[in-house]
Amino acid sequence: MPMKKPKVAVFKFASCDGCQLSLLDAEDELLLVAGAIDIANFPEASRRVVKGPYDIGLVEGSITTPHDVERVREVRKQCRVLITIGACATAGGIQALRNWKDVKDFARLVYASPDYISTLDRSMPVGSYVHVDFELRGCPINKNQLLEVINAFLNKRKPNIPTYSVCMECKLRGTVCVMVAQDTACLGPVTQAGCGGICPSYSRGCYGCYGPMENPNTSALGKHFTKMGKSNQEIVRAFRGFNSYAEAFRKESDVYEK
Amino acid sequence: MKSRVIKVDQLARVEGEGALFVKINDGKVADVKLRIYEPPRFFEAFLRGRHFTEAADITARICGICPVAYQMSAVHAMEDAAGVRVDGQLRELRRLLYCGEWIESHVLHVYMLHAPDFLGYEDALQLAKDKPDVVRQGLELKKVGNDIVNILGGREIHPVNVRLGGFYKLPSREQFAPLVERLKRGRDVAIATARLVSTFEFPDFEMDYEFVALHHPTEYAMCEGRILSVGHLDLAVREYEFHFEERHILHSHALHSYEKGRGNYCVGPLARFNLNYDTLSTTAKQVARDVGLVPSVRNPFKSIIVRSIETIYAIDEALRILEAYDPTVPPAVEVKPRPGIGFGASEAPRGLLYHRYRIDNEGTILDAKIVPPTAQNQPTIENDVRRFVTKFMDLPREQLTWKVEQAVRNYDPCISCATHFVKLEFDN
Repeated sequence: MPMKKPKVAVFKFASCDGCQLSLLDAEDELLLVAGAIDIANFPEASRRVVKGPYDIGLVEGSITTPHDVERVREVRKQCRVLITIGACATAGGIQALRNWKDVKDFARLVYASPDYISTLDRSMPVGSYVHVDFELRGCPINKNQLLEVINAFLNKRKPNIPTYSVCMECKLRGTVCVMVAQDTACLGPVTQAGCGGICPSYSRGCYGCYGPMENPNTSALGKHFTKMGKSNQEIVRAFRGFNSYAEAFRKESDVYEK
Repeated sequence: MKSRVIKVDQLARVEGEGALFVKINDGKVADVKLRIYEPPRFFEAFLRGRHFTEAADITARICGICPVAYQMSAVHAMEDAAGVRVDGQLRELRRLLYCGEWIESHVLHVYMLHAPDFLGYEDALQLAKDKPDVVRQGLELKKVGNDIVNILGGREIHPVNVRLGGFYKLPSREQFAPLVERLKRGRDVAIATARLVSTFEFPDFEMDYEFVALHHPTEYAMCEGRILSVGHLDLAVREYEFHFEERHILHSHALHSYEKGRGNYCVGPLARFNLNYDTLSTTAKQVARDVGLVPSVRNPFKSIIVRSIETIYAIDEALRILEAYDPTVPPAVEVKPRPGIGFGASEAPRGLLYHRYRIDNEGTILDAKIVPPTAQNQPTIENDVRRFVTKFMDLPREQLTWKVEQAVRNYDPCISCATHFVKLEFDN
């Protein structure tokens, strides 16, 4: 008898769609993946919806509305394994910049009738509302890492996702350090690897798409930025990017805010 | 009174979260609502206080499908504010990057999102079971587009190499070299695609649209031009807001755009094809004529053919740029901030994307306005659905629902973009 294919579902909250698009961007692997799993609920790609429960749920996006708080709890109940994908779902995303402001002011700035808008004060990661089995970082995620994580859970093993910094990736690919050689501010020393060290290889500093690495020394980096002549405001902006509400980046940014 | 309701709670094969509600009373369409319940993200609000050099990276995150479009509109607006014009090789490379995104986004829509409707499949993966070669050639074509963005931009989603004044680093000729052969093969696939999709069955449905697109006298407009409508408007980008306005509608988190004093209008591939046909490449025009596509195309279902023609164009244009590529120029020109307002518009795969920023003398953003294509098309999509249901009301319910979904997908709506960042009130 053929084995029953594991059911995988994709759920979206506040996000740009880019992380789930990574699956469709895996052009060489997509048909193979589709052969190995049952893509049971993936609205961006299909009208077909197979009801839960699901073996794996991939969750993209941050939680920003009262309705989404309820919905993510429901999603959790339906998924045996819940994996968050991307900076929005793991750290609140760029939209977490609202967390330092009054969201009512924000709604007034964008909408003529802010009363129509139902939204929470903060944009929060999925993990602050429900248990998450694995958090895959990135803005956007790396499609090879996504395939690795799906593979690992299907085979009941630990995903091989390094938690060291982007610096390691630069060394591995032989990129000359942009901070040392060009005096370019770079978040690489405190940012988790995963992208492959793209920005320094294009002569620019890392801007932190993958969020804080394990045990990041953000205060040393902040001080180094000051020594390089960066203003407090520039340092705040550097840490408040796509992972601004990840704890290490949030705290360090607060240090430099007057 | 006899009342019927067509409801699609979650539109599939669109980017982002939307629903459709149609109410029919006594054989007349009483209400149509394309509801966008994607939660608001407030980009225009949190851009305030950020630096003008950051706008390209931040606004890219509005959309994972068309980040290049956001980057291009943003850098052009900021350079406009700073009084800098980026020309020559760097301007060409920006077009090349845009070609990559057009190919990737159009092919994704043609093969993965739209074609399954015409062929009666729920999705491209089901289609792949019966016609694996068709889907495989689509994926391969899409990949060529992604690889242009990859090599020049650093990665396909949220590229890192775009900056004010140009790029951080220019790829070498050797890095681009493998693309040329693949693009040439891709052109054959794109031509075959246009021929294939033109054989699909199209509903007898034409609309009288007000088409709006960027227009450039010598090239199929992407990053630069005047805003044109058929025989009516001819505007500089900075005049956009004098003629178009956004309204906040209760049922949508995306603001609806209207042309002042005239009403709804249509942006995207149909608008571009009809307004800019003359500037298409020879091959693209030839294939369009071969498959019987000449301006003015007013059947929105035929947008799948237009996307295929634009894919041929984007490949031709990418090849032209790559053949003349000379990486000896500096990767960027300097852009110094000065207080002022800057305007930028470019042709995202889904249509006109307008940005306006006010910055101070240090380059801090004081004010931002972003009008994405799907927000502009929203009233037109609702209008299409209203007319479509009126005309085809006698179709069996399930078939009509599917067709109406397809009528929405004609626009390749990008709801993540349109949501300015907006929640659905179900009025069942």
